[in-house]
Amino acid sequence: MTGCLKRLYVWLVYGFFYLPLLVMFLYSFNTNKYTTAWGGFSLKWYASLLHNTAILDAALNSLLVATCAASLATLLGALAAVCLKRYRFPGHRALAIGILLLTVSPDIVMGISFLILFIACSIQLGFFTLLISHTALCAPFVAVTALARLAEFDERLIEAARDLGASEAGALLHILLPLTAPAVAAGWLLSFTLSMDDVLISTFVTGPSFEVLPVRIYSMVKLGVKPDVNALSAIMFLLTLSLVLLARVVSQLRRKTA
Amino acid sequence: METLPILELRGVSKNFGTTLALHNIHLEIANGEFFTLLGPSGCGKTTILRIFSGFERPTKGEVFLNGIEISGTPPEQRQVNTVFQNYALFPHMTVRDNVAFGLRMQKRPKEEIALRVAEVLRRVHLASYVDRMPHQLSGGQQQRVAVARAIINNPLVLLLDEPFSALDFKLRKQMQFEIKHLQRQLGITFVFVTHDQEEAFAMSDRVVVMQEGTIAQVGSPQEIYEEPESLFVARFVGEINVLEGRILAARGNGVYDADVEGMPFILHSRREFEEEEAVKVLLRPEDLKVYLEQEKALPPPFFLGTINETVYKGATVDILLTLDNGKKLQAAEFFNEDDGDITYRPGDRVAVTWVEGWEVVLNEEGE
Amino acid sequence: MATNHSSRDSLFRTFSIAGSWLWLGLFALLPTVVLLLVAFLDRGEVGFFIPSLTLDNFRELFGPVFLSVLGDSLRLALLSTLVCLLVAYPFAYALAKANPRRRPWLLLLVIIPFWTNSLIRTYALILMIGAQGMVNKLGLALGLIDVPLEILYTDFAVFAGMTYTFLPFMILPLYASMEKLDPSLADAAKDLGAGALRTFWHITLPLTLPGVVAGCILVFLPSLGCFYIPEILGGATNMLLGTFIKNQFLVAKNWPLGAASSSVLTLFLVLLAVLYRFTSRRVAANMPLRASRNEE
Repeated sequence: MTGCLKRLYVWLVYGFFYLPLLVMFLYSFNTNKYTTAWGGFSLKWYASLLHNTAILDAALNSLLVATCAASLATLLGALAAVCLKRYRFPGHRALAIGILLLTVSPDIVMGISFLILFIACSIQLGFFTLLISHTALCAPFVAVTALARLAEFDERLIEAARDLGASEAGALLHILLPLTAPAVAAGWLLSFTLSMDDVLISTFVTGPSFEVLPVRIYSMVKLGVKPDVNALSAIMFLLTLSLVLLARVVSQLRRKTA
Repeated sequence: METLPILELRGVSKNFGTTLALHNIHLEIANGEFFTLLGPSGCGKTTILRIFSGFERPTKGEVFLNGIEISGTPPEQRQVNTVFQNYALFPHMTVRDNVAFGLRMQKRPKEEIALRVAEVLRRVHLASYVDRMPHQLSGGQQQRVAVARAIINNPLVLLLDEPFSALDFKLRKQMQFEIKHLQRQLGITFVFVTHDQEEAFAMSDRVVVMQEGTIAQVGSPQEIYEEPESLFVARFVGEINVLEGRILAARGNGVYDADVEGMPFILHSRREFEEEEAVKVLLRPEDLKVYLEQEKALPPPFFLGTINETVYKGATVDILLTLDNGKKLQAAEFFNEDDGDITYRPGDRVAVTWVEGWEVVLNEEGE
Repeated sequence: MATNHSSRDSLFRTFSIAGSWLWLGLFALLPTVVLLLVAFLDRGEVGFFIPSLTLDNFRELFGPVFLSVLGDSLRLALLSTLVCLLVAYPFAYALAKANPRRRPWLLLLVIIPFWTNSLIRTYALILMIGAQGMVNKLGLALGLIDVPLEILYTDFAVFAGMTYTFLPFMILPLYASMEKLDPSLADAAKDLGAGALRTFWHITLPLTLPGVVAGCILVFLPSLGCFYIPEILGGATNMLLGTFIKNQFLVAKNWPLGAASSSVLTLFLVLLAVLYRFTSRRVAANMPLRASRNEE
């Protein structure tokens, strides 16, 4: 590809990505209700969201689930990454492959198998079931990204710490943790977005008493274009955007010194 | 009076899975000596160092530090510190925090830590760098931080794992000098690992040459260079010519009549040989004397040969030649102001001999 | 380099290994086993399934209803994957070759849609291809078309939605495999007399093959299992696999059949994972989980 053609192609693809989102964003400020014709600037759809208690409840539920699931997933994922990197043990490969497979395992399969599991164990669908399944969704991602970051980590730093009198736990605390904290934080943020965005799993494991935002949005979207859905989607997009940017900034924090 | 060795290995073996990394090693390191583990990669020298530091545990045998068995003691409880190959400086800590790390782990009082950090940094000439981060330092400075971080804990033994491998030639020479100087000042034992024989000889009181998990030879640099006990050692620590010989008669006092590459020579050796025993005669390039054939009448014995090539090396010139029986030899001659012309052209006919007594004679098992 | 485990067994070591296995077991093994089990059970009259073993559910997978669902789904998923690959490969290549100082930002522009809710991106697409959408408005305004095109609620819309939604999932692994590519390899091939095409065929493509397979996994499996893209963009005529499975669970309440039909997805996952192993073994440097070994 020659330079000019290449650049055109690249920006065409970017246009393909962002044009629909931009249009959605613009229409969220449209006064007109039923047509997609521009009727003037307005914030009324955003205001109407504030009065929609069903959406607000779902949003709060989602935030709660996402926060808890991301924290739990980060804990478990980081734990797995550290033990895969630092120790050799029987089943090491199996664990690594299992986690890698989980990241590409179809969400719908995860959703239905958790549904069966919960029903078989007579666990009532709601916050707890969402928490479990979202943790299961996110933890492998944290583990894989943390492991990638740990691959750059020089094991001799741990040895140096122990050589200087730190215990195994002390070395992990003083050396490994501070050096990988940015990656762990980025893992948390990305888990949070995963959980906030999940429809495929939540559809199965959520109960009528505990509605989450993506499922709520899905039922609204199925009915077609609505200006308040535009506004809600725009907010969700901006939330993701800021989380991705934040994850980016955080994960770059120590990269240059490491 | 026999003094207790500061470090000792007794019958140490180490397996990694099915591969044998060390085989029945006995080693004593005296207090205050600069001791070097020398050998090609994979010979087990790093494994010995990691057994000293506590990162590996011997499969068999015992390790003594100052008379106490330590093979089960974890690294953090040993009074031994290491300068790592790539320094392993903590990238998220300043020079001060790196150096203070060991004392913090011992929970020393703040004032003492500050005092000792300042002192040790002055010693390595880094007093004005306390607040720098490791990546803001040059290679030589990082090396000094690594040394400071290790010696601040007053170890009984300082281990250095190929510490100069990341430095360029000039800096390497300077750091060798600094480390040697530091060792004299501190008076503690340094155990040094390298694959560079020149570096090992320049710094050490004693050197152990390792070969495939066993000790090939222990001795002073001079002993190892001039009196190698095996062909492996001789080859590893420098260029060597190997001539095939046969003992004809023993004259007593370590003097033998021998046939070397078809010529009668007198050989000197502390080893015992029997008549008709096949031997190898080892000669360093600088031990060989080369004369143009027509230059002067040489007293026999000597070999006749032809120059293949000369390689100018600055202080010396290397001469590659082939004896008339087909044997290839390498000689080195120093430039001499009185005798300026030592240039040979390929094809020149030469006579080759050596100063009687400079040869090393090994039997066939010396392989 | 791992600590030699004969030397020291710390509490943390035991704890972290046991903990990791526990969560993998609870989150992956147990649900999978339960799912597999249910696929062999009979559909109950009142409950969701009854404990009697049968192969009926799998037999039903070979019936005309499921085969037509599967056929349509496979066709769409394969097409989307192929188009994603064709679009993403040159794009990722251009990205990997871009100015190193601009590259992180260009990459970020792909990562943002990667992490953005697919549902919302699918929804945004309606605004583009609907009867009143941007595409039709633009076409009418420019005189390219006389009447609005019917794109929304067709198979084409589903295909477009899948391509649009999953394209970043193809670009990122491709980019990762290309970024690692040593440019001197291609130079060496050219130096040895290979033209641009042969250099691509013999050097670039084989070395980026793990990225291709990884990208295909990340596009193909979700295209096959996703239910909201066809439900939002597609017509009511053709039911696809994701919707079929969902309906067995949430509408028809035939869990055993739903579980059995999801095994198609698991089967493809395993096949593609094996293919990935095979390609990445040949390109050893690209293996993500290769652990460092204890070497002197």
